[in-house]
Amino acid sequence: MMKIEAVIQPSKLDAVKDALLEAGIEGMTILEARGHGRQKGHTEFYRGREYTVDLLPKVKIEMVVPDDLREKAVQAIIGAARTGRIGDGKIFISRVDDAVRIRNDERGETAL
Amino acid sequence: MRRLAIRLVVPLVFFVISTVSFSQSASPAAPATQAQVAALQQAIQNAQTSGDNGWMLVSAALVLLMTGPGLALFYGGLVRRKNILGTMMQSFAMMGLVTIIWAIVGYSLAFGHGNAVIGGFEHVFLRGVSLAPNPDYAKTIPEQTYMIYQLMFAIITPALITGAFAERMKFSAMALFLSLWSLLVYCPMAHMVWGIGGLLNASGGHIPSLDFAGGTVVHVTSGVSALVTALYLGKRMGYPRTAMPPHSMVLSFIGACLLWVGWFGFNAGSALNAGPLATSAFINTHFAAATAALGWTIAEWIHNGKPTALGAISGAVAGLVAITPASGFVQPMSALAIGLAAGFFCFFMVFQVKARFGYDDSLDAFGVHGAGGTLGAILTGVFAVSAINAAYGNDAAGNPIATGALDGHWMQIFNQLAGVAVAWCISAVGTLVLLFAVDKAIGLRVSPEEENAGLDLSQHGEEGYDFNT
Repeated sequence: MMKIEAVIQPSKLDAVKDALLEAGIEGMTILEARGHGRQKGHTEFYRGREYTVDLLPKVKIEMVVPDDLREKAVQAIIGAARTGRIGDGKIFISRVDDAVRIRNDERGETAL
Repeated sequence: MRRLAIRLVVPLVFFVISTVSFSQSASPAAPATQAQVAALQQAIQNAQTSGDNGWMLVSAALVLLMTGPGLALFYGGLVRRKNILGTMMQSFAMMGLVTIIWAIVGYSLAFGHGNAVIGGFEHVFLRGVSLAPNPDYAKTIPEQTYMIYQLMFAIITPALITGAFAERMKFSAMALFLSLWSLLVYCPMAHMVWGIGGLLNASGGHIPSLDFAGGTVVHVTSGVSALVTALYLGKRMGYPRTAMPPHSMVLSFIGACLLWVGWFGFNAGSALNAGPLATSAFINTHFAAATAALGWTIAEWIHNGKPTALGAISGAVAGLVAITPASGFVQPMSALAIGLAAGFFCFFMVFQVKARFGYDDSLDAFGVHGAGGTLGAILTGVFAVSAINAAYGNDAAGNPIATGALDGHWMQIFNQLAGVAVAWCISAVGTLVLLFAVDKAIGLRVSPEEENAGLDLSQHGEEGYDFNT
């Protein structure tokens, strides 16, 4: 099982969700996050004081998928989220030890 | 007003005539006519009073609206989220505390008979303040209306000061400090400018100064006191390196619009009647707000490249502050000019002067109210004309006496400066004394941990917003 964490632009969330559903991935967790990579922030002005806002709003999608769906998931995300500009985001993939369905104690890939 | 009076009087005349002729079938004509005339006069007076009193009660409500929720929202939106309730509570506390103080002794000290500086105790517990007019102040409305109207001014003035010490003063200290301030600074200033026998009173004062709705009494006093408090208390932790932008420009926007509309009660209500002077003040108020918003916006657009919402609403408030002393004395075109000047001047005060001196007047109470009030008071001396308001009465020939420089009375500017100087002095000295005393007694500032956690949690055990449920 692979955990896929994708940090994307908030405006791409709907497109990415739809693409993942089409790829056969139904379970995911969405978090509102702030951050930046190489993308610069912007300045705001309040009564003459300049504020540099470099923690930008992002969306983080987390999902755990069976090994054979990993590339499909990654491609779905890239296809929906890419614009070609700095700030598109990143995907991190890690291995997961186990998964448990709380409702009925199922374990492993059947729990996903 | 006249049409309404006629509509009331004509049926009343018929009624009176028919009643009198019914009951006095055999009496001579003269006493009956006298009785009719007396009854008519009473009816006209009642009609006048009802129009004036109606407007004055609405005005009083409008001015209270300026504090709650106008100022509460305006200031509340400008602070960080963790301090929203604390900030709003400061304005709300004034609504409660100052009311009690005013009812017990404040009105008496401000408007009772005394000397040139302060009133007396004749109206303690509102003794002698009845539903009959007090001709010293307003001939056509009950004195209680006048009292409650003035109360709303007494409420908002200390509430304005809270902008200077936002996000770092203890609730208990604030309550004590501002309660004492309203007695020690506001009441004397109100007495000097508006009270019978006051030093700066336009009618009969030693140094007659023209302050229609409280440029000096409300804005200069609160603004200067704000500056003194900001300097005494020191900066917020992390200021100016840490960014502390407004957490909700939306709330501030709503608050500013409520202030604009409420200000019609503040200025036009200061005519103390529903007549043409109220119209003049109403128009001047609106015109000044508009040009001031434009002035600040233009200045900011040039300076920063973008016109901000905060700049626009701050400009509008600055214009409203500046027109406050002038509203019932100047012509509409003068109001446009005063507003524009205030927009640019207060922008300069906030952007340049504050930055240069580095004081943390968190919500620009001094930059907008202190500076705008001072400018407005001086410009009142420039632009006042007797044609709008013959505040100094008529001379022996029956011609109105010149009021401001535009009328030829250039000395008025000196009187205005004197009024401003008195306001500055009493505010600075009174505030400093009180800050010192309250600090020694219970301490003014919250602890660093409390400041970090925010006033909502540390002072009130509450959170303004709950995003979790």
